Amino acid sequence: MQVNGEYKPLIVAFCCNWCSYAGADLAGNNRLAYPENVKIIKVPCSCRVNPMFILRAFQRGADGVIICGCHPGDCHYTSGNYYTRRRMSLLFSMLNFLGIEKERTRVEWVSAAEGAKFAATMNEFTEAVAALGENKRLEDLRCKR
Amino acid sequence: MQRIGVFVCWCGSNIAGTVDVQAVSDALAHEPGVVHSANYQYMCSQAGQNLIKEAIEEHKLTGIVVCSCSPRMHEATFRKTAAAAGLNPYMVEIANIREQCSWVHKDMATGTEKAIILGKAAVAKVNLNAPLTPGESPVTKRALVIGGGIAGIQTALDIADAGFPVDIVETKPTIGGKMAQLDKTFPTLDCAACILTPKMVDVAQNENIRIFSYSEVTDIKGFVGNFDVTIKKRARYVKEDICTGCGLCTEKCPMKNVPNEFNLGMDNRRAIYIPFAQAVPKVATIDPEHCNMLKNGKCGVCAKVCAAGAIDYKQQDEYISEKYGAIVAATGFNPISMDKFDEYAYSQSKDVITSLEFERLTNAAGPSSGHLVCPSDGRHPHTIVFVQCVGSRCASCSEKGKEYCSKICCMYTAKHAMLTRDKYPDTEVYVFYIDVRTPGKNFDEFYRRAAEEYGVKYIKGMVGKVSPENGKLHVQASDLLADKQLHIEADLVVLAAAIEPDKSARPLATMLTASMDTNDFFTEAHPKLRPVESPTAGVFLSGACQGPKDIPETVSQAGAAAAKVIGLLAKDKLTGNPCVANSNELMCNGCSSCERVCPYGAITYVDKEFRMPDRTTKVRRVASVNEAVCQGCGACTVACPSGAMDLKGFATKQIIAEVDAICK
Ligand SMILES: Cc1cc2nc3c(=O)[nH]c(=O)nc-3n(C[C@H](O)[C@H](O)[C@H](O)COP(=O)(O)OP(=O)(O)OC[C@H]3O[C@@H](n4cnc5c(N)ncnc54)[C@H](O)[C@@H]3O)c2cc1C
Ligand code: SF4
Ligand code: SF4
Ligand code: FES
Repeated sequence: MQVNGEYKPLIVAFCCNWCSYAGADLAGNNRLAYPENVKIIKVPCSCRVNPMFILRAFQRGADGVIICGCHPGDCHYTSGNYYTRRRMSLLFSMLNFLGIEKERTRVEWVSAAEGAKFAATMNEFTEAVAALGENKRLEDLRCKR
Repeated sequence: MQRIGVFVCWCGSNIAGTVDVQAVSDALAHEPGVVHSANYQYMCSQAGQNLIKEAIEEHKLTGIVVCSCSPRMHEATFRKTAAAAGLNPYMVEIANIREQCSWVHKDMATGTEKAIILGKAAVAKVNLNAPLTPGESPVTKRALVIGGGIAGIQTALDIADAGFPVDIVETKPTIGGKMAQLDKTFPTLDCAACILTPKMVDVAQNENIRIFSYSEVTDIKGFVGNFDVTIKKRARYVKEDICTGCGLCTEKCPMKNVPNEFNLGMDNRRAIYIPFAQAVPKVATIDPEHCNMLKNGKCGVCAKVCAAGAIDYKQQDEYISEKYGAIVAATGFNPISMDKFDEYAYSQSKDVITSLEFERLTNAAGPSSGHLVCPSDGRHPHTIVFVQCVGSRCASCSEKGKEYCSKICCMYTAKHAMLTRDKYPDTEVYVFYIDVRTPGKNFDEFYRRAAEEYGVKYIKGMVGKVSPENGKLHVQASDLLADKQLHIEADLVVLAAAIEPDKSARPLATMLTASMDTNDFFTEAHPKLRPVESPTAGVFLSGACQGPKDIPETVSQAGAAAAKVIGLLAKDKLTGNPCVANSNELMCNGCSSCERVCPYGAITYVDKEFRMPDRTTKVRRVASVNEAVCQGCGACTVACPSGAMDLKGFATKQIIAEVDAICK
């Protein structure tokens, strides 16, 4: 995404309600800064994230998509994050094939107590995506201004 | 088309310091569907809430967006506000512009821009919100307690006291658990039987309590308020309602050499037995593995001597189905096996015993009538070595022992050492420890009394090896503080074996869909704030099945679990979470993908009749979600290949609208 002529990666972060969303709140409580281009969407569980949402975000011009859930074994719904892990590794393995660097996506486990990890993860992921440059491959026409 | 109101909160300067709130409310005023946009210092205050209520009425709003702190803070508040003004509470969305924006960004320009985008995403979502009504389900006003140790007993008594019926399912022929095997109990040294058996009698006499002893739970279906449970009542070959517990059969049975598990195999019982004098229910049980009549059809002595005619060699296992509103797990613990700790010679010498065996040896009703003797030859021991932490705090040996602290061993070892010195002042008593951990009311005082007043020799260090030699036990140990090796000729060595959850707990947890930690202790819903609830609604935890505990802690947790159960059973109806899955029957092809991923078994299939365009009817199998069981995780929505399954409140269209709003 271009902001005032300067490239800033736009990151969509899907956070599960029980752990990672609370982890993001904790990062806020502790005033741990991360880039403003990270935008969070709350989902009940990481397993609510349909691979379609990720492709949609890429089509609409997102440069990176990250899915955050509870640590393995801690999912509020016991096994949701295992589904996430399986589904996303399948999707990610196909992204290269679609022409999207698979480094633009990631699954991370962030607990409600890990505010610092949330901020650090967002900083690190944004940097990694920035290094890849803009996502142009899957962008659709609506994104052209 | 929705009529949406946007309310931007300043949160004092928490938000307004980094976000230009006026600019945010101005920008959002032009979003599709928005008919009113305002900002205010504290939206959550009474005045702020009134502002929202008035706007709902004045502008006939059908949905609202509050740009404020995290929904985890005040979503409930604003939903109530909306409801008070006649708006469905699920027509409220929160844009988190404090935790996710003003608090993590410093610059006003970027903060404002991000707040606007978060607001737009929330508006885009509300445009697609639909009013939701939580489902209701009835509550079966009966509780099930699984496990009849002191934990289960106390929980059942407390629930029954509040007027609700309770069933206890206990695998053993009697309730009582480990406490029934103990002699005296720390820190007050009152005898376990004296305080436990009256409670067991209370259970037996309480009209609200049924005991299913010698029974197990074989199946659990359903959900909070409505569990369907199958209980297998194993055949005990004695009619429970007729047996008077006189015990004549247990004296006449010719099969005399059956190891007595209640005394941990240190003496024998008959094939027909009553575990101990105060057993509840006080009914005999035939052990089919040792009964000659059941095995070979020869004998029948007990039937002949039983005046009441209670013996029934043809008795079959019985399956009972019952409905419950709440289930309490109280399956307790067991000492771990000493098989892997042969450096202590447990398998080589009868005079190396566990602490629980020590309890039986000192118990007046035990195998030695309470005389502390060496099990090998009955002599009085003069030197006794206690070894603490056998298999506990074993960070490096997890395949052998446990990484955690078993918590109760320091105290019961101090108790054993003190009682020994008190009754037999001629004995020399050593305790080897890594650390002595005695937090708890009057606990440290207790331990110090053992060491200081009773002359128990506490030595920091571990025992390396125990070797049986000439009828004695050669103990090799290190004294870490004096930095020297010790060699002690002991008569008796007592091992404080680590404790672990009952082996049946894991299969039970699977039936309950309750979670466990890696050590197989049941997990609590929140380690600090919801310590007696399992994350699975309607399942509660009592006693040592949740973690190592002594009796005072067990009893307090048992009471707390009962209070939670009573709170649940007192309700006539439960309101569920309305954000549940629902499938579009027209799109569903009945493939079962959703059913396979649902962790709660919320999805079943029904045959539905559909009118086809050519006016014929066709019957198809389609998914149907039980809204009371569905927890709203959304796993099924992604598994569904036909796009039939969706989640209310987090619908595919809503999430995509958010994605679009953010990426625009
Ligand atoms: C050697 C020793 C000495 C101790 N001394 C003291 C002391 O002095 N003071 C003190 O405060 N504490 C003492 N304790 C601790 C005390 O024993 C425990 O705190 C207490 O027994 C815990 O009670 P519970 O009901 O949770 O578990 P348990 O006593 O283990 O009871 C669990 C019950 O559930 C049953 N059960 C298990 N699985 C199932 C199933 N699947 N279905 C149905 N039933 C099942 C078991 O048969 C058992 O009856 C001592 C412990 C030991 C080992
Ligand atoms: S949302 Fe989760 S709990 Fe509900 S039916 Fe789907 S998989 Fe089961
Ligand atoms: S996965 Fe979808 S199509 Fe398959 S049964 Fe479930 S709702 Fe129907
Ligand atoms: S609830 Fe957090 S990953 Fe499932």
